[in-house]
Amino acid sequence: MSMPTPTAVATSLVEVQNLKKWFPIRGGILSRVVANVKAVNDVSFDVKRGEVLGLVGESGSGKTTVGRTVLRLIEPTSGTIRFDGHDITHLPKPQLRAYRRKMQIIFQDPFASLNPRMTVGDIIAEPLVIHNLEGSAQARTERVAELLQMVGLNPDHIRRYPHEFSGGQRQRIGIARALAVRPEFIVADEPVSALDVSIQAQVVNLLQDLKEQLGLTILFIAHDLAVVEYISDRIAVMYLGKVMELASSKDLYRSPKHPYTEALLSAIPVPDPTVKRERIVLQGDIPSPINPPSGCVFRTRCRYAIKECAEVVPELREVAPGHFKACIRDDIL
Amino acid sequence: MSSQAIHKSWVDRNSPLYLAWRRFLKNKPGVVSLWVLAVLYLMALFAGFLAPYNLTTQHPDAVYQPPQRVHIVHEGRLVRPFVYQMKKERDPVTFINTFVEDKTRPTPIRFFIRQGEPYSFLGIKTDLHLFGVPYSEGYFFPLGTDQFGRDLLSRILVGSQVSLTVGVIGVLISFAIGILLGGISGYFGGWIDTAIQRLIEVLLSIPRLPILMALSTVIPASWPSTYVYLGIIAVLSFIGWAGLARVVRGQVLGARDLDYVTAARAIGASDLRIILKHITPNLTSYLIVTATLALPGYIIGESALSFLGLGIKEPMASWGLLLKDAQNFQSLNLYPWLLTPGILIFVAVLAYNFFGDALRDAADVRSVD
Repeated sequence: MSMPTPTAVATSLVEVQNLKKWFPIRGGILSRVVANVKAVNDVSFDVKRGEVLGLVGESGSGKTTVGRTVLRLIEPTSGTIRFDGHDITHLPKPQLRAYRRKMQIIFQDPFASLNPRMTVGDIIAEPLVIHNLEGSAQARTERVAELLQMVGLNPDHIRRYPHEFSGGQRQRIGIARALAVRPEFIVADEPVSALDVSIQAQVVNLLQDLKEQLGLTILFIAHDLAVVEYISDRIAVMYLGKVMELASSKDLYRSPKHPYTEALLSAIPVPDPTVKRERIVLQGDIPSPINPPSGCVFRTRCRYAIKECAEVVPELREVAPGHFKACIRDDIL
Repeated sequence: MSSQAIHKSWVDRNSPLYLAWRRFLKNKPGVVSLWVLAVLYLMALFAGFLAPYNLTTQHPDAVYQPPQRVHIVHEGRLVRPFVYQMKKERDPVTFINTFVEDKTRPTPIRFFIRQGEPYSFLGIKTDLHLFGVPYSEGYFFPLGTDQFGRDLLSRILVGSQVSLTVGVIGVLISFAIGILLGGISGYFGGWIDTAIQRLIEVLLSIPRLPILMALSTVIPASWPSTYVYLGIIAVLSFIGWAGLARVVRGQVLGARDLDYVTAARAIGASDLRIILKHITPNLTSYLIVTATLALPGYIIGESALSFLGLGIKEPMASWGLLLKDAQNFQSLNLYPWLLTPGILIFVAVLAYNFFGDALRDAADVRSVD
């Protein structure tokens, strides 16, 4: 099918085109593929150099799978991934290693993402060892101390183990590990979702500072719209493996064009009890990605759904400059 | 810079291993069991020195002699430890031999006595024994004798060398196979995984004792006893690796998708590095626990085979083989001291179980200090 690529201009660092990731479900004695979990189903977007692209969606929408597939941690079923203009979709492992230095990941769970048997120093130094970056052990230690300082930790903690740190501190260690190889692009996979609200702001601010300081490009995955709005330049909203809406964060919040985004935004609590507004409650659960609804995947829970929604798959099209939505109805919102 | 702050001490007080050790020390049964095991293994190591007699020395005039008691009072006077020699008496009705203490023949026990056939300890040939009674003065059998008049204590001590090492070596062998195959199975998955898992299922679906018996008949009767010993270990390991490989596979499968393993892949670490640095170290505590808990199985397995006459053979000794002498009811009734090796099997197995349980609790990172 033909799919317009939203603003694939030369300034894009990462371009994703028609990305699909289907996880096969095998059954029977011969373990044949009986069904597919369509975790990511035809997703296109790009991340411009130096920007933070927020990727939001409820759990099961495929946002984490997108993040990991872009980094080739999960092999895509089809589609192309370009990094800095180079197609890395089918790059074999040895060649891919060069790109591993340029793109890194920060994980959601600060307790699972650090090897409990390694000291903080060893964890952060590992990327340097693998890519043979700092030469001597002394230089590596100095670099690790510098990284710890950069993420706001005491360099004296280099000999400590992950279990001695709090969740927020562990997340900082994870960030330091990601930064060790001086990457250009970072996938932040719900980096603050597992943290206390008071700590969330600190870590988000840290990421923002580091982005300014190091000129990073970030794909920021989250389910918390408030956090995403704060840090992102542009935001893509995902639902059931598809991008529903993509716009600058200002436009998306001020005038959402897609019914799903509208519903999501109405769920953000406003810290002002006098404000009265309509709260759109989505009916039912997110449908199964094994057998998604025909046409528009959101139609089963959409309050604007009409008969045609079940017939055509809505394309992601530009409805205002830089504002894309995947909805056939222009008469709403 | 803080490189001066990075000091190295001989033990890292915050390393997970050190913390686990401290948790272990708080477990009383575990610590006691560790001491029991240490004593048992030291006894096995110094068996030749601790045993008053040679493994095979027969004493035709002291067949089925009951254990001799150590006395310190002779005719109302306190003297150095001694034993009375035993006098054989025949019951005029049943014609059964009984031994009674001959109060006229007190024989003092000598310590660090040099006599008998030399044994070799760590390559040194010596005939020094911790205690004993000179041959010219009589006998001292602390745990009695068997049907050939051989000293049971000496045989238990030397037999422990077999019974206690069978488990350790057997576990090492089956772990090597189990970790390798289980690791491959879990890490790579696919058809390799399927093939290995089906093989394991076949192996585990055959009842344990019959297959052990069948395999042990493969060991030629003409083999020297050391080969038989290795053969028995091989037989036990052949069965033992399967269950372990399955457990390792499960662990690796779980570890493969942990975030820190994904992080290592994102950095560009090789498969080998991921397995050696990220997956295996986090399995070690678990594997040590499993090994400790698997060990009693080998001790019992060897005992069972030897008891059935399919394992260790004369003139070697093992606890199972010694128990074989207590196989029939009559000898059990008349010579109950022949059951002593059974007590030792019981103690060793129990100690390993308590020790393994304590290790498991200590290795559990989630347990609170």
